[in-house]
Amino acid sequence: MTVLDAVSEAVRDPMVPTMARVLRRRRELADTWTLELETADRALLGFGPGQFNMLYLPGVGEVAISVSGDPAGARHLVHTIRDVGKVSGALTRLQPGMSLGVRGPFGSTWPVEAAVGRDVLVVAGGLGLAPLRPAIYRLLAERGRFGRIALLYGTRSPTDILYPRELERWRRRLDVQIEVTVDHAGLDWHGHIGVVTHLIPRAAFDPARTVALVCGPEVMMRFAALALHDAGVPDHAIHLSMERNMKCALGHCGRCQFGPMLVCRDGPVVSYERIAHLLAVKEL
Amino acid sequence: MERLDEIIGQHPFFRDLEPSCCAMIAGCGRNVRFDAGQYLFHEGDPADRFYLIRHGRVAFEITVPGREPARFLTLDEGQIAGVSWLVPPYRWNYDAKALELTRAIALDAKCLRGKCEEDHHLGYELMKRFVPELVRRLHATRMQMLDVYGKPAA
Repeated sequence: MTVLDAVSEAVRDPMVPTMARVLRRRRELADTWTLELETADRALLGFGPGQFNMLYLPGVGEVAISVSGDPAGARHLVHTIRDVGKVSGALTRLQPGMSLGVRGPFGSTWPVEAAVGRDVLVVAGGLGLAPLRPAIYRLLAERGRFGRIALLYGTRSPTDILYPRELERWRRRLDVQIEVTVDHAGLDWHGHIGVVTHLIPRAAFDPARTVALVCGPEVMMRFAALALHDAGVPDHAIHLSMERNMKCALGHCGRCQFGPMLVCRDGPVVSYERIAHLLAVKEL
Repeated sequence: MERLDEIIGQHPFFRDLEPSCCAMIAGCGRNVRFDAGQYLFHEGDPADRFYLIRHGRVAFEITVPGREPARFLTLDEGQIAGVSWLVPPYRWNYDAKALELTRAIALDAKCLRGKCEEDHHLGYELMKRFVPELVRRLHATRMQMLDVYGKPAA
């Protein structure tokens, strides 16, 4: 660490972005790209699975994006970004060598340590696989510490499957169950078709000793959490990653308020026990 | 060799069904197998049976003019294929195709409907199993139609 880095860390203001540089970009889906970012800020690389960064493009804006890379000995930041608006669209168009600002890491993490010795059920929907991927890396890296592990992944169609090569690699392992389903498909698809909750009965797990990690569109998470609850998984062991429009990421601005909590500060990962009564409130 | 009523009693769809009911249902059943690519039934044909899937995978398809057929549901071991036999005019609304070697018990719909008319207890036990399955599929269809994984509104 240089003296400059040390001073920079000592006076680190969480509202001031650190500049990072795009090392590589990879197209994942028609509208989704993964950016690998190089940064001198080591604090950014000390993220936990489930946390997010605020990515900033001067003159365009700032947006919260979950980290999707491996937290173990990370040398670069990895973010998978879907082009859904002005800022995220501009981020997906960044080319190697171009710069952006990064603040973070922010928010709560997937409770991987709490899952030690238990079965782990990972339920992902669509782009929700990205925020779960760091947790999956950790689970697989420390495979012996956990009971059975199952990843249930639902998405729109076969061409919308995120990280297909990685899913295939995980599927080849004999110590993890991977089930993928799509909402609709053509004749060349021989896998599951239907909603992700229908995969839950196919997963091998002991409900009373299971920790479930759920991420996807909120409506999908609501019904997945209910299905897990109905299957006997305790509400406190079901964890969801909530998404709200975050601005400061520090719990100051109140933009991401969700009932009594602020998603940036108290989330994004929260237990179902804590928010079950809020999920059906339309105004939130 | 296992008897058909025992196999029916062990199938998840008929879990906890009393043996006398399993025996009555078995009287309408027979073992069948479909090779990969073979159709269990076709859209528009009489819905004269339904299937307890014991092994394999079945896909439901609907033909869209000018496009290749769309697959919207797969069913696996432990599930049932076919509910149109319950509701007049007893006609299949979709094609059902085996995606791999599939073994099932085919239950004759007319035979079963007749037994349900004669024995309302059997009929009620069947309804208790079919109605939740229908609701589950209806709910799943709504979720699929919502396109929850589609691009959110900007």
